Amino acid sequence: MSLVIAKDITKNYQIGEVVIPAIRGLSFEIEPAAFVSFIGPSGSGKTTLLNLVGCLDKPTDGHLTVAGADVSTFTQKKGAGFRGEHIGFIFQDFNLLPVLTVYENIEYPLIMVQNVPAPERRERIQRLLDAVGMLDQKDKYPDQISGGQKQRVAIARALVTHPKLVLADEPTANLDSKTAHTVIDLMKKMKNELKTTFIFSTHDTKIVGEAEIIYVLEDGQLVSRNVQGGNNNA
Amino acid sequence: MRNLFKIAIRNLLRYKRRTLMTASLITIGVVFVLAYISIAGSFKNMMVAQITDSSLGHLQVHRKGYMAAVESLPLNMNLKPRPYKILEDTLKSQPEVEAYSPRIRFGGMFSNFVETTSIRLNGVYPDREFKTTPLLPTRIIKGEKHLNRGEILVPELLSVGMGVKPGDAIVIVTTNKDGSVNGKQFKVSGILESAQGPGGRDGYINFEDAMEVLRMEEVEVSEVAIRIKDFSQESAFTKKLIGLLGKELNQKGKPIFDVHSWEKLSPFYNIAQMIDVMSIFVKVMLVAIVLISIMNVMIMAVYERVREIGTIAAIGTLPKKILAMFVIEGFSLGVLGVVIGNLIGLSIIFVLNLSGITFDFGRQTGLILRATIAPLDVVIISGIVILISVLASLQPAWKASRMEPIKALRHV
Ligand SMILES: Nc1ncnc2c1ncn2[C@@H]1O[C@H](COP(=O)(O)OP(=O)(O)OP(=O)(O)O)[C@@H](O)[C@H]1O
Ligand SMILES: [Mg+2]
Repeated sequence: MSLVIAKDITKNYQIGEVVIPAIRGLSFEIEPAAFVSFIGPSGSGKTTLLNLVGCLDKPTDGHLTVAGADVSTFTQKKGAGFRGEHIGFIFQDFNLLPVLTVYENIEYPLIMVQNVPAPERRERIQRLLDAVGMLDQKDKYPDQISGGQKQRVAIARALVTHPKLVLADEPTANLDSKTAHTVIDLMKKMKNELKTTFIFSTHDTKIVGEAEIIYVLEDGQLVSRNVQGGNNNA
Repeated sequence: MRNLFKIAIRNLLRYKRRTLMTASLITIGVVFVLAYISIAGSFKNMMVAQITDSSLGHLQVHRKGYMAAVESLPLNMNLKPRPYKILEDTLKSQPEVEAYSPRIRFGGMFSNFVETTSIRLNGVYPDREFKTTPLLPTRIIKGEKHLNRGEILVPELLSVGMGVKPGDAIVIVTTNKDGSVNGKQFKVSGILESAQGPGGRDGYINFEDAMEVLRMEEVEVSEVAIRIKDFSQESAFTKKLIGLLGKELNQKGKPIFDVHSWEKLSPFYNIAQMIDVMSIFVKVMLVAIVLISIMNVMIMAVYERVREIGTIAAIGTLPKKILAMFVIEGFSLGVLGVVIGNLIGLSIIFVLNLSGITFDFGRQTGLILRATIAPLDVVIISGIVILISVLASLQPAWKASRMEPIKALRHV
């Protein structure tokens, strides 16, 4: 079964009397272990869509199923529980907790969100620190490491709970292009190792080529679906 | 839980100056309250002890109606032998009673053979009176610290006004309850310093001398002063005694006795109560300080960390965990203030006692201030501050826990 199934979803924002349609009738399916990118100009609805798929927001209309659950039925508490269980997040601004070390930031979801026993915690964190190449920096605080390093820690934090799906809204927007490539490469490597689905958005055409499936968004609508190798199913 | 504390404490350390300022505000509040309560409380206790131990006793029992007419010291309102026997038997069987002293109170004329003035006198059994009001001997500022048959302790004001000194002979003239006048010569054994409260300016003679000068044929008692072993049990014992003596009725079916605790007898009780009210007021101020400062800091903390809250909420931290995180932060801040406040406050009390500050009360001078505070008071004050810290962080913490992650994440 597909991990994400979107059927005719729309999302309107209401500001006072004005209704702003951000997503207008999107339908798509994303398979497990896929490496998917949404690309589109500013205001095309990428963030809005990722928020919906990430169960942070509910569609105005249509059906959205993530990991078998109907997103529109979630309460605040249920949504939080579901995200903690199944979804990892990587943010544009890294969003590491400044009072925690690199190690503790990766540990956070295992203690505060899930309840993983200490020995397993240590093992998982150690393995991920190694995989993202941050083992020697593990006792530093976020303000003592570079942006690229922060995003690598964030990737480790997103993966440490063994989620089915990792969402990254413009994960490379605050990085230089060389670092951006290494971050995307790392995501891809982790996807291959752990079989986790990655969905990221970007408007950077240079890095989008790394994705296996590329959805192009414009004005809240899908304009094309490109599978690496040249298939165009839009 | 340990991790919630770790995060809370790291966040407090993150804004060191602000944390320190808030904690010191709480500290100052706690120190002030501790110092105030200990000094005011000790002052009050000492004053009460001065009053009860100098002349009043802890409780007094009279014949019903005596107190209403006490200004004229009526002789026809005394307890007759039979009711006095009942009273004595009751008091003897009470384990709480340390001592009691029967008194004959009356007014008369005091003459030094040149001049005459009025005087109020207590006829007492000196050893029993000294046990019931142990500060009485210390009030004898001149002369002997005893009171034998034929001797009189003269109040200081009178001795000054009449120019009498220990060893002088004086005459007491009085009218008994039948209206016949009688006089008796006494030797001044000592001069008595005035004390606060009713009876504080009265003279003392022996009980038998009083009976003689009043031509009493049988033992009559105007009042019985009682001292109990544990003063903190005073109101409980008063209640008990009222209950016991209330059962004793005269032929007309009316109660015989009237029991009064020192509070009812001394105007200082109102001041003592004021001190207690002030203590409550000071505690309320402390609560306000803690409430406002913790709430202020926690509102700031939540506002500054909106994006962090958005992040942890997005990655699945449950609202109640976020709530706990901020409440624990406020709690820790309160504990920090309380711990430092207690350390400083108790040191101040310790130093105050070492330095032996003295003060005057009425005509008593050089009383040494013993600042003490009950451990229970310290625990209660600390508990209140910590509780208020938690309550004050609840609202900001609740707000944090209810934040929508996407809105919080977009916050700049
Ligand atoms: N909270 C909101 N309230 C009202 N309108 C919003 C809100 N969030 C987004 N929009 C609007 O919805 C549309 C899509 O916005 P969205 O942020 O999803 O675009 P985006 O593709 O992520 O853009 P960018 O590349 O700039 O991040 C835009 O027109 C935007 O103005
Ligand atoms: Mg966006």
